[in-house]
Parts: sequence; structure tokens; C-alpha cells
Amino acid sequence: MDMNEIKEIFFQECEEQLAELESGLLKLNDGDRDPETVNAVFRAVHSIKGGAGAFGLDDLVSFAHVFETTLDCVRSNKLEPTQDVLKVMLKSADVLADLVGASRDGGSVEEGRTRTLVKELEALANGEAPSGAEAAKPAPKAAAPKAETPKPTDDSGFQPIPFTFDDFGGDEEQAADQTTFEITFKPRRELYAKGNEAALLLRDLSRLGEMSIACDADTVPALDAMDPEAAYFSWKIALKTDKSEADIRAVFEFAEWDCDLDVKLAEDGRGDDELPMIPVPFDLSAFDDAEEVAPATIDDASAAVAAAETASAVAKTVAARAEKKEAAAAPAAQAAAPAAANAAAGQTIRVDLDRVDRLINLVGELVINQAMLSQSVIENDNNGVSSINMGLEELQQLTREIQDSVMAIRAQPVKPVFQRMSRIVREVADMVGKQIRLITEGENTEVDKTVIDKIAEPLTHMIRNAVDHGIESPEKREAAGKDPEGTIKLSAKHRSGRILIELQDDGGGINRERVKQKAIDNDLISPDANLSDEEIDNLIFAPGFSTADQISDISGRGVGMDVVKRSIQALGGRISISSRPGQGSVFTMSLPLTLAVLDGMVVTVAGQTLVVPLTAIVETLQPEASAIHSFGANQRLISIRNSFCPLVDVGRILNFRATQANPVEGVALLVESEGGGQRALMVDAIQGQRQVVIKSLEANYTHVPGIAAATILGDGRVALILDVDAVVAASRGQSLRPEMSLAATG
Amino acid sequence: MKKKVLTVDDSRTIRNMLLVTLNNAGFETIQAEDGIEGLEVLEGCNPDVIVTDINMPRLDGFGFIEGVRRNEKYRAIPILVLTTESDAEKKNRARQAGATGWIVKPFDPAKLIAAIERVTA
Repeated sequence: MDMNEIKEIFFQECEEQLAELESGLLKLNDGDRDPETVNAVFRAVHSIKGGAGAFGLDDLVSFAHVFETTLDCVRSNKLEPTQDVLKVMLKSADVLADLVGASRDGGSVEEGRTRTLVKELEALANGEAPSGAEAAKPAPKAAAPKAETPKPTDDSGFQPIPFTFDDFGGDEEQAADQTTFEITFKPRRELYAKGNEAALLLRDLSRLGEMSIACDADTVPALDAMDPEAAYFSWKIALKTDKSEADIRAVFEFAEWDCDLDVKLAEDGRGDDELPMIPVPFDLSAFDDAEEVAPATIDDASAAVAAAETASAVAKTVAARAEKKEAAAAPAAQAAAPAAANAAAGQTIRVDLDRVDRLINLVGELVINQAMLSQSVIENDNNGVSSINMGLEELQQLTREIQDSVMAIRAQPVKPVFQRMSRIVREVADMVGKQIRLITEGENTEVDKTVIDKIAEPLTHMIRNAVDHGIESPEKREAAGKDPEGTIKLSAKHRSGRILIELQDDGGGINRERVKQKAIDNDLISPDANLSDEEIDNLIFAPGFSTADQISDISGRGVGMDVVKRSIQALGGRISISSRPGQGSVFTMSLPLTLAVLDGMVVTVAGQTLVVPLTAIVETLQPEASAIHSFGANQRLISIRNSFCPLVDVGRILNFRATQANPVEGVALLVESEGGGQRALMVDAIQGQRQVVIKSLEANYTHVPGIAAATILGDGRVALILDVDAVVAASRGQSLRPEMSLAATG
Repeated sequence: MKKKVLTVDDSRTIRNMLLVTLNNAGFETIQAEDGIEGLEVLEGCNPDVIVTDINMPRLDGFGFIEGVRRNEKYRAIPILVLTTESDAEKKNRARQAGATGWIVKPFDPAKLIAAIERVTA
């Protein structure tokens, strides 16, 4: 692994932390006061800052630092996370996301916005109430810790750790060529208890220059009175060095609190003689292997060194040595622990998307091939009981399982898309001065990656629309007796092999009067058209329709819901709206879980083979003559269990034949469409039911009204896949013409 | 014999950096993702030194250090704290919990190795 790979991991982790940050802030916004939520939010920013520091991403570090400081105020209860405070924080989270993106992709972030937020965050941290939109004056760069300038490295290769205490004795001693310091060092028991080690400190000290050392062992009691964890030794050290006092004290940085330390310049290069001095040339090699020091090198000359070792080792020896033997006796347990620690890291792998796509394509071919094989076997084996046949059935099942498993590889939760939406709601709401909260549900619903990639855009459009047109202004809402804060609910769930995404707002609903007038003005309907409420609502999906009297820069130039509808349809999806005046609207999108395969019913219509997506079919039935009722010139209804349902001849709608077929000779497929309730589709015969691989026609033939795509059947022939919604819609408008004009504008 | 280092940090980025840095410097590295896992892994891995973060879910660095120091078998192990906070208060808390020393982030491989060498024989 090299730094670039770690950087890649860092950016992945940033994405996760940003998601964590946002969901935490939203929880706080909803009144969650769990300290763990605040901690998680804090940690997310902290983590980003930590990693960014390691890669020298200074802009990111400075902003994260200011953000973190303010979050720390919330964490320590100095700052109440009110809605106003959280608004600033959510905006900061957006900027942080932008900064992460800019660091990754090399872009830049609008500086004014960052500066404004830095000021707002700093104001919050200083206990000032959040101000509104404040003029973005050039603020001084965020007070972030500057990356430490590298400290000079001394001759032993030791780089001193940065030291931030101001209470040093000043620099009265000039770092002259060589000076001699007198150092008195008396550890307390705490020093050893925290895992520090007098011998190691002395070793480090010896690296600074020429050292002689004297150990005062007078306080060591008799063995039976000795406390194994107490500190009994102290040392007097004379150090001839070119280093400063600060360098010497830096050696004791970790131990400073737990010892008496005195460092001063020797007046004449000799220490005073309060203690009996045993000058010892300090022998570094004695520490090369600490385990061996005590038994191997005790002699008069190194007595002081050995004593130092012993004193500190006493604390450790009893417990640590005994434990080492124990550990050695159980090597298996030793090996098991790290293995368990590593296991968690290896549960996911990253795979190039191209490879997955290729696999999916190959499996698609496999499915077709398997179907063709089955078909030719069936044709040559009339009784259908041979072992080949049985094997083929198993093959079919396996193929199916392989296909499902392969599709599962590409399945991903809709969460990232949903999370992007909450930012859009915030930004647009801010722009138009509305108060809106977004509630998301079912974020973990999984759907094929190709679908996810494609729903973000139409969804963004719809969210903008909901904020801009759906939710009323706070004043209007209050006047209507509603909560001034509007709610938009975005939910996802699986329903019968499709994903259903609902976008619900509690705004004013569709203004049917205005929609109808607009449609008449735009020549979309005739002035005397008699339309149901549902039909009026669905007019907003008509091409070129926009009810915004003034074109705003949020919802665009009137390319409204028709664009959304077209992109949803291009995905094999459906969209519909239901609205209640004064109470809001619900947009329902139903999308296939994958764009690669579908379960279909293979039918015959006027000699053509068609595939009807199984998900659309509610039931199939053989109409009896008594159930068919004529209605008007060429409308017919079928009565099913005491309710009437319009009968639609697929052959006629698609212009396969000029006159309607006799319903009694065919089969009726009862279908449910998102837009217009139930219809009975007339086909001539059902051939069977099978899974088909979807092959898009649009690349070669553009959009064909009434046809969703094509597939290759087992016998190698091409069959068209019926677009049930388009057919149902066309049955209302009598022909596919409107759909055609819709397609032409795209 | 290779010296063994136990690192405790919730950030994948920092864990990877620690791993690369320590392995390149010839240490054997064992990793945990938070204080609780750190204490679990500690049992039976007997490291020569521990490097831990402070801000972690489940059990933070302070709690982890206290846990190590309470453990009869492992309480003498040197513990270095990785911290972005260079302020005295955080350091003090870490010391009170029983930290041996600290390494101030931004993460710098040379600083890390130097600090480890300072507290290990």
C-alpha cells in the first residue's frame, strides 16, 4: 500500500464521515439530544481533519478545525444546538463536503461562502447568537494550527517532538558551542506507573552530548521494607552539550509532571557535591537489550546504570515477566487475537465496475442461450420426460440464481441519492425563504447501481419543484393554519419486484383551476374538455407545461415535469401524482430494480410476439361474451366481479390491425398502471411466462410509442416489450399520438 | 525480535498510515478500531507499546488507557496518545488516565517512530 492508496481510502472515509455528519446534524435538528449523537458528529469532523492534516490539505484542515471548535462547544454544553445553530452547521457540513470534493478532484470552493461560514462558526463558538446573512467581509484566515515547521534534527537522528509550554526558564543560556549543564532528576512513582522509564530518559539524555552520571541510592530501604512500585533513586547528571536547556527539557517532556527536574548551567563545569557522586561514563550499549542488562553487566563502573535499570524494572518485572511466560505458553491465543482484529477489515472488496458490467452482460447472454437450448430440446423431445429435460430444468434454475446473485453485486442502497436531496432542500429553501424539513424513509432500499445513477437527476428536479412550487411560504402556511415549517417526505420501498419512490409534500396541492387554464392557454387541451381531477393533475407532466407565473432560477426555464417523466420512462419507470387541495401532493415513481432483465408474459397479438412485463399484470382471464359491454362508438368495458374496466385491444392501439378483435376469442390481461387505474388489455393468446433480457431499442430506433424495449426469445426471434403505461395512456387519448409528440420533443 | 505495537484508532485512514509506517520501520503491528476492541485485542497480544487515538466511539482513548492501567498484566506497557489537540488540558487528561507520552497530529511518520523509540528499550 502506498500513500496514494491511503489517500483514496481517506476520501472514501470522508464520504462516510460526511454522511455520518449530516445524518447526525439532522437528528439533532429533530430534537435528538443524545450525547452520543453529538459525539458522532464531532468525531466525523475530527476524523476528516486528522486525515486531511496527514495529507497536508490545509484548506480542509482550517475549515474542519473551526467547525470542530464550534462542535466542541455543543459537546461540552456551552452552546445549545438550536435550529438557528444547526442551520449554520448544516451549511458548514455542505461546505466541508465541497472542500473534500475540491481536495479530491482539484477544484476550488467559493471562498466568500467559506469565509462567511467561518465567521458564523467562530461567532457561535464565542457565544454570539447566529446572525443572519452577514456581509462576507474578507475574514482573517481561520485560526488553524499551522503545520509545524520541521525542527532541526540533531546528530543522533532524534527529532524533538513539538513542545508548546511557555513556562520554560527563558533562554538566558545562549546555545554556545559547548556548555555543561547540571541536571538533577528524581522520578516519582507515577513516572513508572505511566510506563515511563528512567533508564530510557537517561539514554536519550546521553545522546545530547557527553554525560557523566551519579546515582543517589541512599533512600533505598532494606529489601523487606521495599515497595516494589516506589521510586527510590535519583540522579545527578553533568551533561556537556551544544544543545539548549529547552532541548534537555524536551527529553523529559513525557515525564515532566512525574519527577523533580532541575536543569541549570554549571558554574565551573562541575556540580556541587551535596550528593556522593560516582562519575560514570554513560554506556549506551547497556540498553541495547534491556532484558540482559541486570544480570550481565553489573560491575562497579556501571553500578549506577544498573541501578537505574533495576529501579524502573522493579515495577514491571513482577507482573510483566511472569506474564511473558504465560503468554509464551499460549501462542495460539496470541495469534488468534490479531487474526480476529483483521477479519473485520476483509469483509468487502472493491471491484472495477466495468468487470461487474461485463459479467452482467455475459449472464444476460447465458440466460438467452439457456432459453434457446431449452426450446430446441422441447421441440425435439415431445414427451418431455427425458433426463436431458430434467437437467435443463436444473440449468434454468441455476442460471436464474446466478443472474440474481450477479445483479445483487451491483445493487446499492438509495441512501447516497437521498442524502444529496437533503442538501438541495436546504439550499433551495434558503434561496426562496421557506422553512422546510426533509424526512427520508427506506434509505437502505437497494436497487441496481445503473438505476441509482439515473434517478438522481429527475429526483433533484422534483425536489426543487416541491420546494419552489409545492410548499407555500411560511406566511401563507400560517394563514392556512399550518405549521410554518413545511415537510417533504421522501421514501423508498420494494413493491412486487420494483422500487417505489414517493415524494410527498404538505404544501398547497395542485391548483387545478390554474393548471387547467394554463393547459388551455398552451393548447394542450381544448377549452371544453371535461377532465377528471386526476387527469388535470397529470397535465403537469405534459411537455412544455409550467405553472410558475414567473420563471425562477430554481425550477428552470419551464422544462418541468415532462422532462422528469421522460427520464423516468426511459428507465422503464412510471410516475404519477395525486394531490389534495390545501393538503399537498404525492408523486409516486415506480422503477425497475434493474435495467437488465425483466419477468415477462409472452403473448401473441395479430401474429406478432410481444412481451408484457409481469409486474404490470394483476390477473389474466378469458372473457365471456356476457361480460363484454359496448360503450359509445368503439369503447368496450368488461365486467369483472361486479366492476367495470375499460377493454383495450393491444393490436388496435399498436396499429397491428385496423379493426378491433373479438374479445371472446382472446385473453384479457388485467393491468394496473400508476397513472390511470386498471385496464384490461386484449391479446390473442398467451405463449408463456419467462425472464427476458432487455435490449434497448432507443439507440437505434429512438423512442417507439407503446414499446419499452425488445428482447431475444429462445428461438432467436426478436420480440417487442410492451410499455403498458403508454398503452393505457393512449387508450385514454384513443391513440398513441400525444405520446408521439411527447417523444418528438425529446 | 520485532517489537510489537498495538494501535487503536477509529479512522481507517489513520489506521492504514500507522500500519504502513510501523511495518516500514520494522514493527509488528496489531490494530483495533476503538477502545473496547483495543482492550479485547490486548488480551493475548502483549504489545511492547500502544499507540491510541482519543476521540473514538464506544470507548474513547481516556477510558482505554485507564482500562490498560487497571489490568494487572499489562499496566506497565508504554502508551502513546495520538492527538490533534496540542492544548495542555487534553494532554493532562491523558496523563491522568495514565498515558506515557503523546504524538501531536498531523500524522508524521518520523515523529511517530521517534516517540515510540523514546518509550521502548
